[in-house]
Amino acid sequence: MENRLSPDADTQLGIYRRMALIKANDERSRKVIRSGRLVMPYYSPRGQEVIPSCISACLTDDDYICTIYRGTHDMLAKGVPLRDLWAELAGRVTGTCKGKGGPMHITHPASGVMVTTGIVGSSMPIANGLAWAAQLKGDGRVTIANFGDGAANIGAFHESLNLAAVWKLPVVFVCQNNEWGEHTAYEKTSNVPVAARGNSYGMPGIRVDGNDVFEMYDAAHAAIARARAGEGPTLIEAMTYRFHGHVFGDADGYMDKARKAAALAADPVPRFRSHLIDAGIADEATLAGMEAEIEAALDDAVEFALASAFPDESELTRDVFGEEVAA
Amino acid sequence: MSRGAALAEGKSNILQSVNTALADALAEDEAVLVLGEDIGDAEEGGVVGVTRGLSTRFGEHRVRTTPISEQAIIGAAIGASLAGFKPVAEIMLMNFTTVAMDMIVNHAAKLRFMSGGQTNVPIVIRTMTGTGFGSGGQHCDYLEAWFAHTAGIKVVAPSSPADAYGLMRSAIDDPDPVLFIENLPTYWNQSEAAPPGHRVPIGKANRLVEGDDVTILAYARMIQEATPAVAQLAEAGISAELVDLRTIAPWDRDAVLASVAKTRRLLIVHEAVTPFGVGAEIAATVSEALFGQLAAPVKRLGGAFCPVPFSKPLEMAFAPRTADIVAAAQQLVGHQ
Repeated sequence: MENRLSPDADTQLGIYRRMALIKANDERSRKVIRSGRLVMPYYSPRGQEVIPSCISACLTDDDYICTIYRGTHDMLAKGVPLRDLWAELAGRVTGTCKGKGGPMHITHPASGVMVTTGIVGSSMPIANGLAWAAQLKGDGRVTIANFGDGAANIGAFHESLNLAAVWKLPVVFVCQNNEWGEHTAYEKTSNVPVAARGNSYGMPGIRVDGNDVFEMYDAAHAAIARARAGEGPTLIEAMTYRFHGHVFGDADGYMDKARKAAALAADPVPRFRSHLIDAGIADEATLAGMEAEIEAALDDAVEFALASAFPDESELTRDVFGEEVAA
Repeated sequence: MSRGAALAEGKSNILQSVNTALADALAEDEAVLVLGEDIGDAEEGGVVGVTRGLSTRFGEHRVRTTPISEQAIIGAAIGASLAGFKPVAEIMLMNFTTVAMDMIVNHAAKLRFMSGGQTNVPIVIRTMTGTGFGSGGQHCDYLEAWFAHTAGIKVVAPSSPADAYGLMRSAIDDPDPVLFIENLPTYWNQSEAAPPGHRVPIGKANRLVEGDDVTILAYARMIQEATPAVAQLAEAGISAELVDLRTIAPWDRDAVLASVAKTRRLLIVHEAVTPFGVGAEIAATVSEALFGQLAAPVKRLGGAFCPVPFSKPLEMAFAPRTADIVAAAQQLVGHQ
């Protein structure tokens, strides 16, 4: 691609740090669940590391994201602290949401994670509202609506893209097309690329290789800059692949073996790591040091979470309303 | 019905009261927004004109007409509220809330709790409904029980212009989502106007008529049916106490229990179908709290358990009428 905006060396390192964190966090999650120390519904984002790592490299702390149940990669890339995240995964009072939201409902306004939804397609209507608020305030904030290819066939997708285009909202719709909507292949549920639908609503719709840092960064940068400039929304369809089954414990027998093997062989995390070394941006020792720091931070977060107290039963009636109201 | 009749001095109607409440809130607080289908003045300020004049006065950026996209409407309201605004979203008719239930029930009602109190959703959802206009099965249901059954959303249903103003101002002030139900057929009924800035607290019932023999608990248009019933009962020597619930969730348990503790008889009247309705919850609570003190079993009157029919005689027979209320109250008082 010509005129592509490439991230500078520091930005590339920042992107890799996020990718490595997401990968390590995923591996740790699976390990801790398998060990029996933690029971939670877990929707692995492994394989999709590049997308939020590039997006967050183009965002400020003040920018908003909405994400979905398969969203720990989005949260980590945006900066949700590991201790708070893990304590929430473990249902502890020290978690982002005092243990009351859980893995599918992480909220952390301090890092701009405003909504995590467990309902397919529901990140988009709310992202529009956050973007409307930014438009009214003129504060230049951008909102990212993350969702999967399955959500592109839900009514809320169409209502949201239409409204965002008509109102020219500073929002970027990021469809992380991992080829699977739960157990069903994308090709079986749609005749057109998701990106093609952008045009239907009068916004740019672009399909990029979401596992290629340079393509993804370029697309994210352009869409976010366009939103920030008040020029309206963009739909990005970032092609990727879900390395695991829909939910932890799903044996993924429905996923084509050869396709999966090819995707695993093209794992974007080691691929980008090699690029950093080959391009002279970082040496092996630097990256190994970064990865060791991540592992240490995960050790700390997991132990912190599991040592934390569970919320008191009085939390059942708290936060239902601003003031406690008898049922 | 005096649709569009000029307002007498010091009087208002529900339609105008909601309009004035929105205008006063928009004028006082930049954070207040209004959005919904047809609500702008280019679209004549709503299908019956509830929002007329607001977009001209406050600008189309704050009073914003939307596509016919209920999920997008409620989603936009939720998102803007998370960022500090106080949106009032109109879902034109209550039956249309069905296509936005995910946004209302899974998100608006739950985000405060699921975020551990980090975020809240101070939105108002205005919606109109009610039988009487011959609109059939999909345009006039009372669905308040669905929302009252959801933790995290408040539900109000004013029966008078003053309450409509005061409850709307309180709903906009409220830090949590409030479903505000407006009865369409009684929009134009006139009575005392509320003074500017008036607030009716959410969660407080209003005793309209004091009595000793039976408590009639109703809300929304059923107050119009119950008011003459109370007069007819008085002529028959029965002293009925009429209580307007006003807020359905959270309902005013203290006021209802106090009234029934005095009269020992309770008749609950609502337009929504009877099974699993608001009346069932109140009847259960009263029976639990006052078992042994009641002179008669709690009685419920509600809509027939069928879709709202079109044909006029059927539609008239669908919801409780004054005569039904009189008969039920007499039966309760006759019960020994």
